[in-house]
Amino acid sequence: MMSLLGVLVVVVGLVARFNPVLVVTVGALVAGLAAGIDPIAVVRALGRGFNDARYVSVAFLVLPVIGLLERAGLQAQARAAVARLRALSVGRLLTGYLAMRQLSCALGLLSLGGQATMVRPLIAPMAEGVAESGWGPGQAARRVLIRAHAAAVDNIGAFFGEDIFVALGSVLLIQAVLARDHIAVQPLRVALWAIPTALIAFVVHAARLIWLDRVLARVGAAR
Amino acid sequence: MIRAQAAYALAGALFAAIAVASALDRSNRRRWGNAAFWGLIAVSFLAGDALGDLGNGLLVIALALIGGLGALGAGRQAAGAPASWEARASRLGGRLFLPILAVPATTLVGTLAFPGLKLAGQPLVDPKQVTVIALALGVVIALFAAMAMLRPPPTAPVQAARRLMDQVGSAAILPQLLAALGGVFALAGVGHAVGDLIGHAVPLGERWAAVAAYGLGMALFTMIMGNAFAAFPVMLAGIGAPLLVGRFGGDPAVIGSLGMLCGYCGTLMTPMAAHNIIPTALLDLPPGAVIRVQAPTAVVVLLANLLLLDALAFRH
Repeated sequence: MMSLLGVLVVVVGLVARFNPVLVVTVGALVAGLAAGIDPIAVVRALGRGFNDARYVSVAFLVLPVIGLLERAGLQAQARAAVARLRALSVGRLLTGYLAMRQLSCALGLLSLGGQATMVRPLIAPMAEGVAESGWGPGQAARRVLIRAHAAAVDNIGAFFGEDIFVALGSVLLIQAVLARDHIAVQPLRVALWAIPTALIAFVVHAARLIWLDRVLARVGAAR
Repeated sequence: MIRAQAAYALAGALFAAIAVASALDRSNRRRWGNAAFWGLIAVSFLAGDALGDLGNGLLVIALALIGGLGALGAGRQAAGAPASWEARASRLGGRLFLPILAVPATTLVGTLAFPGLKLAGQPLVDPKQVTVIALALGVVIALFAAMAMLRPPPTAPVQAARRLMDQVGSAAILPQLLAALGGVFALAGVGHAVGDLIGHAVPLGERWAAVAAYGLGMALFTMIMGNAFAAFPVMLAGIGAPLLVGRFGGDPAVIGSLGMLCGYCGTLMTPMAAHNIIPTALLDLPPGAVIRVQAPTAVVVLLANLLLLDALAFRH
């Protein structure tokens, strides 16, 4: 039970807006020490976990390319590419990306999207470009809202798409954990039961994106 | 066989170059802090396997101290007239998209083709690391394409990457650090403690109460851990397997699948998840902006999941 002190440190530290990197490291050390584990063993576990998770940070490899192309005007190009499409709205653009992301993840192609590879260089500037071609340059609040929505569709599409693919991490993890409790399931059935939620998530979020268009139109017209 | 270490070496070289560029950046008052921070990450990528667990642990603590105590700064953005190569590049128009699209295209082809490639009977690419290696290859191809098209000075890609990494700051290691936190929490028995707590706090004699405790527990515990994969084994062992499958005879495929999806709803709402940290940094957003946009969808889908669980898991 004492190990929950580590959770407490993390929650309080984040709520109090301390630097997250420091909070998480202290939280890990506190959880281990409070559970009565030898301090050296705690530091070892932290180090092993960090080293084993390096694949997470390989995504930063794409930054030199993104940064270079941005200096060459990539984001302006993305804006210009959508400015000519009169029928496009921010909501429709993002709904299209949401559908693409969900479908490609359902086919196991998680890496076709992503915050660094697609959202920052293409999707977010395109969404801003659509808004600008309708209502002119935006204030900070509108920019924040549109960018946050661009990030959100990438996450929501990935989360409620990937569980439909049989051979991907989450379905295999579900199967492995169930097997540890001596319960056998077919991965295909696990994947199948993710489909209703995927459809609901799409409908709910697409409806919210229609609403987003209304909010943007109201704000844009009021100016 | 090509292993993930090839991609790690590439990432190590990039972070080493960023560290050197930071040290030389006189517009940044804290340039030595930046150089040390990115330099240590380079060490982790280049020599992590040789450092041993204790060495890596000390490296993490050093990173936390540098990043957490305000030793990182950001250089001034390059200002003034664009360099001649940038003016030239602005005439390329839509062709600028091609290198960007090379990354997902290569990843796609690599993910499909690598498992079939054999060299002297051995797989050419480590089957477990196909995605990471395909991504690294895609980046190399995209970088060559971009350099050929734009013809910038050779240091331009490193400077461009440094500018973006300075913007992300210490949050850059947070996703990796949270994965390590999950490992320490598991070692310390945090999962069992949370399972016990929920077991004592909720009257689980009723089926709907057990369903609600399982689904909401997945979402809440995921919010604490920042990761549904860490929460799932705990909630399954605590409530899913003994109660929903054991006592109430539910379908384990439904319970597993929807339990994980309840966890994802939690991921959408937590500041602990890499999925929310990275875009906040990359898109220059205020803290919580991404979560605020995601939360309404997450709450509705979570409630729908609970209803689906109750309706689908117990069809007899």
